Amino acid sequence: MQFPLHQSRRNTSSVLLSMTHPNKEFFHRQHALLRSAVSAGFPSPADDYVEQRISLDSHLIQHRESTFFMRVSGNSMRDSGIFDGDLLVVDRAVPATHGCVVIAVVDGEFTVKHLLYTPQGHVLRSAHPDYADMHIKPEQDFTIWGVVSWNIHKV
Amino acid sequence: MKHAIALVDCNNFYVSCERLFQPSLEGRPVVVLSNNDGCIVSRSQEVKALGIKMAAPWFQLKDIAKQHSIVALSSNYTLYADISNRAMRLLSHFSSTQEIYSIDECFLDLTGMTEHTYYAQQMRFMLKQHIGIPVCVGIASSKTLAKLANHVAKKQPHFNSVCNFNEFPEHELDILLSKIEVSEIWGVGRRTAARLQEMGINSVLSLKRTPAERIRAEFGVVMARTLAELNGTSCLKLEEVTPPRQQIICSRSFGTAVTLLPELEQALISYTSRAAEKLRRQNSQTTCIQIYLRTNPHKSREPQYSPSLTIPLIAPTDDTRLLCRTALNGLHQIYSSGYAYQKTGVMLSGIITTPDRPRSLFDDIETQQKSSALMRTLDQINHRMGSGTVHLLGEGIKKNWSMRRENMSRRYTTEFNELAIANADY
Repeated sequence: MQFPLHQSRRNTSSVLLSMTHPNKEFFHRQHALLRSAVSAGFPSPADDYVEQRISLDSHLIQHRESTFFMRVSGNSMRDSGIFDGDLLVVDRAVPATHGCVVIAVVDGEFTVKHLLYTPQGHVLRSAHPDYADMHIKPEQDFTIWGVVSWNIHKV
Repeated sequence: MKHAIALVDCNNFYVSCERLFQPSLEGRPVVVLSNNDGCIVSRSQEVKALGIKMAAPWFQLKDIAKQHSIVALSSNYTLYADISNRAMRLLSHFSSTQEIYSIDECFLDLTGMTEHTYYAQQMRFMLKQHIGIPVCVGIASSKTLAKLANHVAKKQPHFNSVCNFNEFPEHELDILLSKIEVSEIWGVGRRTAARLQEMGINSVLSLKRTPAERIRAEFGVVMARTLAELNGTSCLKLEEVTPPRQQIICSRSFGTAVTLLPELEQALISYTSRAAEKLRRQNSQTTCIQIYLRTNPHKSREPQYSPSLTIPLIAPTDDTRLLCRTALNGLHQIYSSGYAYQKTGVMLSGIITTPDRPRSLFDDIETQQKSSALMRTLDQINHRMGSGTVHLLGEGIKKNWSMRRENMSRRYTTEFNELAIANADY
Protein backbone atom coordinates (compact mmCIF):
# COMPACT_ATOMS: atom_id res chain seq x y z
CA MET A 1 0.00 0.00 0.00
CA GLN A 2 2.01 2.93 -1.21
CA PHE A 3 0.70 6.42 -0.94
CA PRO A 4 0.96 8.53 -4.09
CA LEU A 5 3.45 11.36 -3.83
CA HIS A 6 0.97 13.78 -5.26
CA GLN A 7 -2.69 13.62 -4.52
CA SER A 8 -4.93 12.68 -7.40
CA ARG A 9 -4.42 15.17 -10.17
CA ARG A 10 -8.10 15.21 -10.96
CA ASN A 11 -8.47 18.70 -9.63
CA THR A 12 -5.26 20.32 -10.70
CA SER A 13 -6.85 23.39 -12.17
CA SER A 14 -8.21 25.06 -9.12
CA VAL A 15 -11.16 27.16 -10.08
CA LEU A 16 -12.02 30.42 -8.47
CA LEU A 17 -15.73 30.57 -8.01
CA SER A 18 -17.13 33.55 -6.32
CA MET A 19 -20.42 33.42 -4.48
CA THR A 20 -21.25 36.73 -6.12
CA HIS A 21 -21.28 34.96 -9.48
CA PRO A 22 -22.82 31.74 -8.31
CA ASN A 23 -22.83 28.58 -10.25
CA LYS A 24 -26.55 28.19 -10.99
CA GLU A 25 -26.48 24.44 -10.94
CA PHE A 26 -25.19 24.50 -7.39
CA PHE A 27 -28.28 26.20 -6.06
CA HIS A 28 -30.74 24.24 -8.16
CA ARG A 29 -29.33 21.01 -6.90
CA GLN A 30 -30.76 21.49 -3.45
CA HIS A 31 -33.36 18.93 -2.64
CA ALA A 32 -36.10 19.50 -0.19
CA LEU A 33 -35.57 17.19 2.70
CA LEU A 34 -38.59 15.07 3.34
CA ARG A 35 -39.47 14.56 6.93
CA SER A 36 -41.71 12.11 8.66
CA ALA A 37 -42.09 12.45 12.38
CA VAL A 38 -44.99 10.06 12.94
CA SER A 39 -44.02 6.62 14.06
CA ALA A 40 -47.43 5.07 14.58
CA GLY A 41 -49.79 4.28 11.77
CA PHE A 42 -48.98 4.27 8.09
CA PRO A 43 -45.24 4.44 7.35
CA SER A 44 -44.21 7.51 5.39
CA PRO A 45 -43.79 6.77 1.69
CA ALA A 46 -40.84 9.20 1.71
CA ASP A 47 -38.77 7.40 4.31
CA ASP A 48 -36.72 5.56 1.72
CA TYR A 49 -35.83 8.80 -0.03
CA VAL A 50 -34.42 10.77 2.88
CA GLU A 51 -30.89 11.89 2.10
CA GLN A 52 -28.25 13.89 3.92
CA ARG A 53 -29.00 17.60 3.74
CA ILE A 54 -26.54 19.61 1.68
CA SER A 55 -23.45 20.63 3.61
CA LEU A 56 -21.38 23.64 2.59
CA ASP A 57 -18.42 22.16 4.43
CA SER A 58 -18.27 19.10 2.23
CA HIS A 59 -18.90 21.21 -0.86
CA LEU A 60 -16.21 23.81 -0.21
CA ILE A 61 -13.59 21.66 1.48
CA GLN A 62 -11.90 19.03 -0.63
CA HIS A 63 -9.01 18.26 1.72
CA ARG A 64 -10.10 18.61 5.33
CA GLU A 65 -6.67 18.52 6.91
CA SER A 66 -5.02 21.01 4.58
CA THR A 67 -7.78 23.58 4.21
CA PHE A 68 -7.56 26.89 6.06
CA PHE A 69 -9.62 30.10 6.02
CA MET A 70 -8.28 33.61 5.58
CA ARG A 71 -9.77 37.10 5.59
CA VAL A 72 -9.14 39.53 2.69
CA SER A 73 -7.98 43.05 3.37
CA GLY A 74 -8.01 45.43 0.39
CA ASN A 75 -9.52 45.54 -3.08
CA SER A 76 -6.68 44.70 -5.46
CA MET A 77 -8.45 41.45 -6.47
CA ARG A 78 -11.76 43.19 -7.17
CA ASP A 79 -12.10 42.14 -10.82
CA SER A 80 -11.77 38.48 -9.88
CA GLY A 81 -14.69 38.89 -7.50
CA ILE A 82 -12.62 39.06 -4.31
CA PHE A 83 -13.43 42.05 -2.14
CA ASP A 84 -12.29 43.59 1.11
CA GLY A 85 -13.51 41.52 4.08
CA ASP A 86 -14.24 38.37 2.05
CA LEU A 87 -13.55 34.92 3.39
CA LEU A 88 -11.10 32.79 1.43
CA VAL A 89 -10.98 29.00 1.44
CA VAL A 90 -7.32 28.07 1.05
CA ASP A 91 -6.19 24.56 0.17
CA ARG A 92 -2.53 23.64 0.65
CA ALA A 93 -2.91 20.23 -0.98
CA VAL A 94 -3.61 21.32 -4.57
CA PRO A 95 -0.73 22.36 -6.81
CA ALA A 96 -0.50 26.03 -7.78
CA THR A 97 -0.98 26.22 -11.54
CA HIS A 98 -0.39 29.13 -13.90
CA GLY A 99 -3.02 31.81 -13.42
CA CYS A 100 -4.66 30.44 -10.29
CA VAL A 101 -5.30 32.57 -7.23
CA VAL A 102 -2.82 31.90 -4.45
CA ILE A 103 -1.90 32.99 -0.98
CA ALA A 104 1.75 33.91 -1.34
CA VAL A 105 4.19 34.96 1.34
CA VAL A 106 6.22 37.97 0.20
CA ASP A 107 8.76 39.29 2.68
CA GLY A 108 6.97 37.66 5.58
CA GLU A 109 3.46 38.83 4.71
CA PHE A 110 0.44 37.01 3.25
CA THR A 111 -0.90 38.37 -0.01
CA VAL A 112 -3.66 37.14 -2.32
CA LYS A 113 -2.85 37.35 -6.06
CA HIS A 114 -2.97 35.52 -9.38
CA LEU A 115 0.21 33.49 -9.81
CA LEU A 116 1.93 33.56 -13.20
CA TYR A 117 4.91 31.48 -14.20
CA THR A 118 6.98 33.47 -16.73
CA PRO A 119 10.42 32.93 -18.24
CA GLN A 120 11.60 35.78 -15.99
CA GLY A 121 10.30 34.05 -12.87
CA HIS A 122 7.20 34.27 -10.70
CA VAL A 123 4.83 37.17 -11.21
CA LEU A 124 2.01 38.10 -8.84
CA ARG A 125 -0.83 39.85 -10.65
CA SER A 126 -3.68 41.80 -9.12
CA ALA A 127 -7.16 41.92 -10.62
CA HIS A 128 -7.50 45.70 -10.63
CA PRO A 129 -6.21 48.21 -13.20
CA ASP A 130 -4.61 50.44 -10.55
CA TYR A 131 -2.23 47.78 -9.25
CA ALA A 132 0.98 46.87 -11.08
CA ASP A 133 2.39 43.36 -11.47
CA MET A 134 4.82 42.24 -8.83
CA HIS A 135 7.92 40.57 -10.28
CA ILE A 136 9.52 38.35 -7.69
CA LYS A 137 13.29 38.80 -7.54
CA PRO A 138 15.36 35.69 -6.83
CA GLU A 139 16.76 37.19 -3.64
CA GLN A 140 13.29 38.01 -2.33
CA ASP A 141 11.75 35.93 0.45
CA PHE A 142 8.90 34.23 -1.43
CA THR A 143 6.77 31.11 -0.93
CA ILE A 144 3.41 29.93 -2.18
CA TRP A 145 1.45 29.18 0.99
CA GLY A 146 -1.71 27.75 -0.53
CA VAL A 147 -4.18 27.86 -3.39
CA VAL A 148 -7.43 29.78 -3.02
CA SER A 149 -10.17 27.36 -3.98
CA TRP A 150 -13.23 29.44 -3.07
CA ASN A 151 -14.13 32.96 -2.08
CA ILE A 152 -17.12 33.58 0.17
CA HIS A 153 -18.66 36.99 -0.24
CA LYS A 154 -21.49 38.41 1.83
CA VAL A 155 -24.16 39.93 -0.39
CA MET B 1 9.79 -10.82 9.58
CA LYS B 2 11.68 -7.82 10.83
CA HIS B 3 9.45 -5.13 12.30
CA ALA B 4 9.52 -1.64 10.86
CA ILE B 5 8.24 1.01 13.22
CA ALA B 6 8.39 4.68 12.34
CA LEU B 7 8.38 7.52 14.82
CA VAL B 8 7.27 10.78 13.24
CA ASP B 9 8.14 13.81 15.34
CA CYS B 10 7.36 17.42 14.47
CA ASN B 11 10.33 19.78 14.68
CA ASN B 12 9.98 22.53 17.32
CA PHE B 13 6.24 21.93 17.05
CA TYR B 14 4.84 25.00 18.83
CA VAL B 15 7.26 27.33 17.09
CA SER B 16 6.44 25.70 13.73
CA CYS B 17 2.70 26.27 14.34
CA GLU B 18 3.35 29.94 15.08
CA ARG B 19 5.52 30.34 11.99
CA LEU B 20 2.86 28.81 9.77
CA PHE B 21 0.61 31.81 10.40
CA GLN B 22 3.33 34.39 11.03
CA PRO B 23 5.79 33.74 8.20
CA SER B 24 7.82 36.78 9.24
CA LEU B 25 9.09 34.67 12.17
CA GLU B 26 10.88 32.38 9.71
CA GLY B 27 14.64 32.52 10.23
CA ARG B 28 14.35 34.53 13.46
CA PRO B 29 14.98 33.20 16.98
CA VAL B 30 11.58 32.32 18.48
CA VAL B 31 10.54 30.73 21.77
CA VAL B 32 7.13 29.69 23.06
CA LEU B 33 6.58 30.07 26.81
CA SER B 34 4.58 27.88 29.18
CA ASN B 35 1.39 28.97 30.95
CA ASN B 36 1.89 32.29 32.75
CA ASP B 37 4.84 32.98 30.45
CA GLY B 38 7.03 31.05 32.89
CA CYS B 39 9.53 28.83 31.10
CA ILE B 40 10.50 27.95 27.57
CA VAL B 41 8.50 25.03 26.15
CA SER B 42 9.55 25.25 22.49
CA ARG B 43 12.64 26.73 20.82
CA SER B 44 13.43 27.45 17.21
CA GLN B 45 16.71 26.17 15.77
CA GLU B 46 18.21 29.66 16.08
CA VAL B 47 17.49 29.69 19.83
CA LYS B 48 18.94 26.21 20.31
CA ALA B 49 22.09 27.41 18.56
CA LEU B 50 22.42 30.16 21.19
CA GLY B 51 22.70 27.43 23.83
CA ILE B 52 19.42 28.30 25.54
CA LYS B 53 18.04 25.24 27.27
CA MET B 54 14.54 23.77 27.27
CA ALA B 55 12.45 24.69 30.35
CA ALA B 56 14.72 27.63 31.17
CA PRO B 57 12.83 30.28 33.19
CA TRP B 58 12.11 33.21 30.91
CA PHE B 59 12.78 36.00 33.43
CA GLN B 60 16.40 34.86 33.69
CA LEU B 61 16.85 35.27 29.95
CA LYS B 62 15.59 38.82 29.45
CA ASP B 63 19.09 40.17 28.73
CA ILE B 64 20.19 37.56 26.23
CA ALA B 65 16.74 37.80 24.63
CA LYS B 66 17.14 41.51 24.10
CA GLN B 67 20.66 41.10 22.77
CA HIS B 68 19.58 38.59 20.09
CA SER B 69 16.06 40.02 19.63
CA ILE B 70 14.41 36.72 20.51
CA VAL B 71 10.66 36.71 19.90
CA ALA B 72 8.79 35.21 22.88
CA LEU B 73 5.20 34.03 22.42
CA SER B 74 2.67 32.84 24.99
CA SER B 75 1.48 29.32 24.35
CA ASN B 76 -1.58 29.10 22.11
CA TYR B 77 -2.71 25.54 22.83
CA THR B 78 -5.93 25.97 20.86
CA LEU B 79 -3.90 26.46 17.69
CA TYR B 80 -1.40 23.71 18.47
CA ALA B 81 -4.15 21.19 19.19
CA ASP B 82 -5.87 21.88 15.86
CA ILE B 83 -2.65 21.64 13.84
CA SER B 84 -1.74 18.46 15.72
CA ASN B 85 -5.11 16.89 14.88
CA ARG B 86 -4.60 17.72 11.22
CA ALA B 87 -1.08 16.27 11.20
CA MET B 88 -2.12 13.08 12.98
CA ARG B 89 -5.06 12.56 10.63
CA LEU B 90 -2.83 13.00 7.60
CA LEU B 91 -0.27 10.58 9.02
CA SER B 92 -2.97 8.01 9.77
CA HIS B 93 -3.31 7.51 5.99
CA PHE B 94 0.20 6.11 5.85
CA SER B 95 -0.41 3.07 8.03
CA SER B 96 -3.26 1.01 9.39
CA THR B 97 -1.66 1.09 12.83
CA GLN B 98 -0.96 4.42 14.46
CA GLU B 99 -0.19 5.31 18.04
CA ILE B 100 -0.50 9.00 18.81
CA TYR B 101 2.14 9.32 21.48
CA SER B 102 1.95 13.03 22.21
CA ILE B 103 0.76 16.30 20.70
CA ASP B 104 3.66 16.28 18.23
CA GLU B 105 4.72 12.67 17.71
CA CYS B 106 3.22 9.37 16.63
CA PHE B 107 4.33 5.83 15.90
CA LEU B 108 3.33 4.15 12.65
CA ASP B 109 3.72 0.45 11.95
CA LEU B 110 5.25 -0.01 8.49
CA THR B 111 5.90 -3.74 8.82
CA GLY B 112 5.12 -5.51 5.57
CA MET B 113 5.57 -2.44 3.42
CA THR B 114 8.54 -1.74 1.20
CA GLU B 115 10.98 1.12 0.62
CA HIS B 116 10.44 2.60 4.07
CA THR B 117 12.92 5.44 3.68
CA TYR B 118 11.32 6.69 0.49
CA TYR B 119 7.89 6.30 2.06
CA ALA B 120 8.97 8.34 5.08
CA GLN B 121 10.28 11.06 2.78
CA GLN B 122 6.80 11.21 1.28
CA MET B 123 5.31 11.66 4.75
CA ARG B 124 7.74 14.46 5.40
CA PHE B 125 6.97 16.13 2.09
CA MET B 126 3.22 15.86 2.66
CA LEU B 127 3.29 17.28 6.17
CA LYS B 128 5.40 20.20 5.03
CA GLN B 129 3.40 20.85 1.88
CA HIS B 130 -0.15 20.10 2.95
CA ILE B 131 -0.09 21.33 6.53
CA GLY B 132 3.11 23.32 6.77
CA ILE B 133 4.83 21.50 9.60
CA PRO B 134 8.40 20.15 9.28
CA VAL B 135 8.95 16.66 10.71
CA CYS B 136 11.72 14.11 11.23
CA VAL B 137 11.17 10.36 10.90
CA GLY B 138 13.08 7.55 12.60
CA ILE B 139 12.56 3.95 11.49
CA ALA B 140 13.75 0.83 13.28
CA SER B 141 12.65 -2.62 14.38
CA SER B 142 11.41 -1.49 17.82
CA LYS B 143 9.84 1.60 19.33
CA THR B 144 12.86 2.34 21.51
CA LEU B 145 15.20 2.15 18.50
CA ALA B 146 12.79 4.20 16.38
CA LYS B 147 13.02 6.95 18.99
CA LEU B 148 16.81 6.87 18.73
CA ALA B 149 16.66 6.84 14.93
CA ASN B 150 14.51 9.94 15.13
CA HIS B 151 17.08 11.56 17.41
CA VAL B 152 19.77 10.84 14.80
CA ALA B 153 17.57 12.17 11.98
CA LYS B 154 17.18 15.41 13.92
CA LYS B 155 20.81 15.89 14.91
CA GLN B 156 22.61 14.79 11.74
CA PRO B 157 21.56 16.86 8.73
CA HIS B 158 23.05 14.51 6.12
CA PHE B 159 20.22 12.04 6.78
CA ASN B 160 17.82 14.56 5.28
CA SER B 161 15.42 14.24 8.26
CA VAL B 162 14.77 10.51 7.78
CA CYS B 163 16.93 7.88 9.46
CA ASN B 164 16.22 4.19 8.92
CA PHE B 165 18.19 1.93 11.27
CA ASN B 166 16.93 -1.14 9.42
CA GLU B 167 19.01 -0.15 6.39
CA PHE B 168 22.26 -0.18 8.35
CA PRO B 169 24.56 -3.20 8.53
CA GLU B 170 24.95 -4.27 12.18
CA HIS B 171 28.48 -2.87 12.63
CA GLU B 172 27.59 0.53 11.17
CA LEU B 173 24.56 0.80 13.44
CA ASP B 174 26.81 -0.05 16.39
CA ILE B 175 29.19 2.76 15.49
CA LEU B 176 26.26 5.15 15.41
CA LEU B 177 24.91 3.89 18.76
CA SER B 178 28.34 4.21 20.35
CA LYS B 179 28.13 7.95 19.84
CA ILE B 180 24.77 8.41 21.57
CA GLU B 181 24.59 8.82 25.34
CA VAL B 182 22.40 6.47 27.39
CA SER B 183 20.37 9.41 28.67
CA GLU B 184 18.89 9.78 25.17
CA ILE B 185 17.20 6.38 25.41
CA TRP B 186 13.43 6.43 25.75
CA GLY B 187 12.49 5.59 29.33
CA VAL B 188 15.95 6.20 30.78
CA GLY B 189 15.58 9.06 33.23
CA ARG B 190 18.29 11.19 34.74
CA ARG B 191 18.69 8.97 37.79
CA THR B 192 18.88 5.73 35.83
CA ALA B 193 21.37 7.32 33.45
CA ALA B 194 23.58 8.31 36.39
CA ARG B 195 23.48 4.78 37.80
CA LEU B 196 24.32 3.32 34.41
CA GLN B 197 27.27 5.66 34.11
CA GLU B 198 28.50 4.55 37.53
CA MET B 199 28.47 1.02 36.17
CA GLY B 200 30.62 2.21 33.28
CA ILE B 201 27.77 2.17 30.77
CA ASN B 202 27.91 5.47 28.94
CA SER B 203 26.83 4.93 25.36
CA VAL B 204 23.77 3.24 23.92
CA LEU B 205 26.05 0.62 22.42
CA SER B 206 27.60 -0.31 25.76
CA LEU B 207 24.12 -0.73 27.24
CA LYS B 208 23.07 -2.81 24.25
CA ARG B 209 26.04 -5.14 24.87
CA THR B 210 25.40 -5.49 28.62
CA PRO B 211 24.09 -8.97 29.57
CA ALA B 212 20.35 -8.95 30.12
CA GLU B 213 20.59 -10.77 33.47
CA ARG B 214 22.76 -8.02 34.90
CA ILE B 215 20.36 -5.29 33.82
CA ARG B 216 17.35 -7.20 35.10
CA ALA B 217 19.00 -7.74 38.48
CA GLU B 218 20.05 -4.10 38.78
CA PHE B 219 17.06 -2.28 37.30
CA GLY B 220 14.16 -4.69 36.97
CA VAL B 221 12.02 -5.95 34.16
CA VAL B 222 11.15 -2.63 32.51
CA MET B 223 14.78 -1.84 31.84
CA ALA B 224 15.40 -5.39 30.63
CA ARG B 225 12.67 -4.82 28.08
CA THR B 226 14.35 -1.61 26.96
CA LEU B 227 17.53 -3.62 26.49
CA ALA B 228 15.72 -6.20 24.35
CA GLU B 229 14.25 -3.38 22.28
CA LEU B 230 17.75 -1.95 21.75
CA ASN B 231 18.76 -5.33 20.42
CA GLY B 232 16.03 -5.13 17.84
CA THR B 233 13.33 -7.24 19.48
CA SER B 234 10.04 -5.39 19.47
CA CYS B 235 8.53 -5.73 22.97
CA LEU B 236 6.34 -2.65 23.19
CA LYS B 237 3.19 -2.84 21.12
CA LEU B 238 1.66 0.16 19.44
CA GLU B 239 -1.23 1.38 21.56
CA GLU B 240 -3.87 2.49 19.13
CA VAL B 241 -6.54 3.44 21.62
CA THR B 242 -5.58 5.41 24.68
CA PRO B 243 -7.39 3.93 27.67
CA PRO B 244 -9.63 6.38 29.56
CA ARG B 245 -7.61 8.27 32.07
CA GLN B 246 -7.66 7.08 35.65
CA GLN B 247 -6.90 10.53 36.99
CA ILE B 248 -7.90 13.98 35.81
CA ILE B 249 -5.88 16.90 37.03
CA CYS B 250 -6.67 20.52 36.41
CA SER B 251 -4.43 23.10 37.99
CA ARG B 252 -2.78 26.31 36.98
CA SER B 253 -0.56 28.94 38.49
CA PHE B 254 -2.05 32.37 39.01
CA GLY B 255 -0.96 35.40 37.01
CA THR B 256 -0.31 37.20 40.29
CA ALA B 257 -0.35 35.76 43.81
CA VAL B 258 -3.81 35.44 45.37
CA THR B 259 -4.49 35.93 49.06
CA LEU B 260 -8.27 36.29 49.31
CA LEU B 261 -10.76 33.46 49.63
CA PRO B 262 -13.31 34.73 47.05
CA GLU B 263 -10.68 34.70 44.31
CA LEU B 264 -9.49 31.24 45.27
CA GLU B 265 -13.10 30.09 45.17
CA GLN B 266 -13.49 31.41 41.62
CA ALA B 267 -10.30 29.74 40.46
CA LEU B 268 -11.18 26.43 42.06
CA ILE B 269 -14.70 26.43 40.59
CA SER B 270 -13.29 27.18 37.19
CA TYR B 271 -10.71 24.34 37.34
CA THR B 272 -13.26 21.91 38.77
CA SER B 273 -15.66 22.76 35.94
CA ARG B 274 -12.87 22.11 33.44
CA ALA B 275 -12.06 18.77 35.09
CA ALA B 276 -15.75 17.78 35.09
CA GLU B 277 -15.92 18.57 31.37
CA LYS B 278 -12.95 16.31 30.70
CA LEU B 279 -14.58 13.62 32.83
CA ARG B 280 -17.78 13.73 30.81
CA ARG B 281 -15.88 13.81 27.52
CA GLN B 282 -14.41 10.41 28.32
CA ASN B 283 -17.83 9.21 29.47
CA SER B 284 -16.79 8.63 33.08
CA GLN B 285 -17.74 9.48 36.63
CA THR B 286 -15.55 10.11 39.64
CA THR B 287 -15.74 8.84 43.20
CA CYS B 288 -13.05 10.98 44.77
CA ILE B 289 -11.96 14.60 44.53
CA GLN B 290 -8.74 16.07 45.84
CA ILE B 291 -8.04 19.79 46.10
CA TYR B 292 -4.86 21.62 47.01
CA LEU B 293 -3.36 25.05 47.54
CA ARG B 294 0.27 26.07 47.07
CA THR B 295 2.29 29.08 48.04
CA ASN B 296 5.32 29.92 45.91
CA PRO B 297 8.20 27.63 46.97
CA HIS B 298 10.71 29.85 45.14
CA LYS B 299 9.96 32.73 47.48
CA SER B 300 11.45 31.02 50.50
CA ARG B 301 11.37 34.15 52.65
CA GLU B 302 7.58 34.32 52.51
CA PRO B 303 5.54 32.06 54.81
CA GLN B 304 4.84 28.71 53.17
CA TYR B 305 1.60 26.75 53.36
CA SER B 306 0.61 24.01 50.92
CA PRO B 307 -2.34 22.02 52.21
CA SER B 308 -4.39 19.45 50.35
CA LEU B 309 -7.56 17.53 51.10
CA THR B 310 -9.07 14.38 49.64
CA ILE B 311 -12.84 14.08 49.73
CA PRO B 312 -14.57 10.81 48.86
CA LEU B 313 -17.99 11.16 47.23
CA ILE B 314 -21.04 9.27 48.44
CA ALA B 315 -22.00 8.25 44.91
CA PRO B 316 -20.05 8.49 41.63
CA THR B 317 -20.88 11.67 39.72
CA ASP B 318 -19.99 13.81 36.71
CA ASP B 319 -22.16 16.77 37.70
CA THR B 320 -20.23 20.05 37.65
CA ARG B 321 -22.45 21.57 40.33
CA LEU B 322 -21.98 18.75 42.80
CA LEU B 323 -18.24 18.56 42.23
CA CYS B 324 -17.86 22.32 42.63
CA ARG B 325 -19.89 22.33 45.83
CA THR B 326 -17.71 19.55 47.25
CA ALA B 327 -14.51 21.31 46.18
CA LEU B 328 -15.65 24.57 47.80
CA ASN B 329 -16.47 22.81 51.08
CA GLY B 330 -12.97 21.40 51.02
CA LEU B 331 -11.42 24.76 50.24
CA HIS B 332 -13.13 26.35 53.23
CA GLN B 333 -11.62 23.67 55.43
CA ILE B 334 -8.03 24.12 54.27
CA TYR B 335 -7.92 27.84 53.52
CA SER B 336 -5.95 29.98 55.87
CA SER B 337 -5.60 33.74 55.47
CA GLY B 338 -2.27 35.52 55.47
CA TYR B 339 -0.58 33.53 52.73
CA ALA B 340 0.16 34.51 49.14
CA TYR B 341 -1.08 31.54 47.12
CA GLN B 342 0.49 30.82 43.78
CA LYS B 343 -1.54 27.87 42.63
CA THR B 344 -4.64 25.84 43.27
CA GLY B 345 -5.77 22.65 41.65
CA VAL B 346 -8.16 19.77 41.63
CA MET B 347 -7.61 16.09 40.97
CA LEU B 348 -10.37 13.59 40.25
CA SER B 349 -9.56 9.96 40.94
CA GLY B 350 -11.36 6.67 41.41
CA ILE B 351 -12.72 7.15 37.92
CA ILE B 352 -15.17 4.62 36.48
CA THR B 353 -16.82 4.60 33.10
CA THR B 354 -20.46 5.63 33.32
CA PRO B 355 -22.01 2.38 32.01
CA ASP B 356 -20.09 0.42 34.67
CA ARG B 357 -21.50 2.56 37.45
CA PRO B 358 -22.75 0.36 40.26
CA ARG B 359 -26.39 0.89 41.24
CA SER B 360 -27.22 1.50 44.85
CA LEU B 361 -30.33 1.43 46.98
CA PHE B 362 -30.22 5.20 47.44
CA ASP B 363 -29.85 6.13 43.78
CA ASP B 364 -32.24 8.92 42.91
CA ILE B 365 -32.91 8.04 39.28
CA GLU B 366 -34.95 11.13 38.50
CA THR B 367 -32.32 13.56 39.80
CA GLN B 368 -29.63 11.66 37.93
CA GLN B 369 -31.53 11.87 34.67
CA LYS B 370 -32.10 15.59 35.14
CA SER B 371 -28.45 16.11 35.97
CA SER B 372 -27.15 14.24 32.96
CA ALA B 373 -29.54 16.08 30.64
CA LEU B 374 -28.38 19.41 32.04
CA MET B 375 -24.70 18.54 31.76
CA ARG B 376 -25.18 17.27 28.20
CA THR B 377 -26.85 20.55 27.25
CA LEU B 378 -24.11 22.56 28.94
CA ASP B 379 -21.42 20.66 27.02
CA GLN B 380 -23.28 21.00 23.73
CA ILE B 381 -23.67 24.76 24.10
CA ASN B 382 -20.04 25.21 25.04
CA HIS B 383 -18.96 22.98 22.19
CA ARG B 384 -20.96 24.91 19.63
CA MET B 385 -20.60 28.47 20.92
CA GLY B 386 -17.08 28.27 22.29
CA SER B 387 -15.85 26.98 25.60
CA GLY B 388 -16.91 28.99 28.63
CA THR B 389 -20.08 30.36 26.99
CA VAL B 390 -22.18 28.94 29.79
CA HIS B 391 -20.54 28.43 33.16
CA LEU B 392 -21.28 28.59 36.85
CA LEU B 393 -21.48 32.14 38.12
CA GLY B 394 -19.09 31.12 40.86
CA GLU B 395 -16.25 31.16 38.30
CA GLY B 396 -16.60 34.91 38.34
CA ILE B 397 -16.83 37.22 35.36
CA LYS B 398 -13.70 39.30 35.68
CA LYS B 399 -10.90 36.92 36.51
CA ASN B 400 -8.11 38.89 38.15
CA TRP B 401 -6.24 35.72 38.97
CA SER B 402 -6.21 34.26 35.48
CA MET B 403 -3.08 33.32 33.59
CA ARG B 404 -0.63 35.80 32.22
CA ARG B 405 -0.50 35.45 28.45
CA GLU B 406 1.00 38.65 27.25
CA ASN B 407 1.96 37.73 23.73
CA MET B 408 -0.49 35.15 22.49
CA SER B 409 -1.07 34.75 18.78
CA ARG B 410 -4.55 34.50 17.31
CA ARG B 411 -6.64 31.35 17.12
CA TYR B 412 -6.25 31.24 13.34
CA THR B 413 -8.04 27.95 12.76
CA THR B 414 -10.82 27.90 15.34
CA GLU B 415 -12.28 31.43 15.48
CA PHE B 416 -13.80 33.26 12.51
CA ASN B 417 -12.87 36.67 13.87
CA GLU B 418 -9.23 35.74 14.43
CA LEU B 419 -8.36 34.54 10.91
CA ALA B 420 -5.07 35.36 9.24
CA ILE B 421 -5.24 38.36 6.92
CA ALA B 422 -4.50 38.00 3.20
CA ASN B 423 -3.34 41.34 1.96
CA ALA B 424 -4.89 42.79 -1.20
CA ASP B 425 -3.67 46.35 -0.63
CA TYR B 426 -0.87 46.43 -3.18
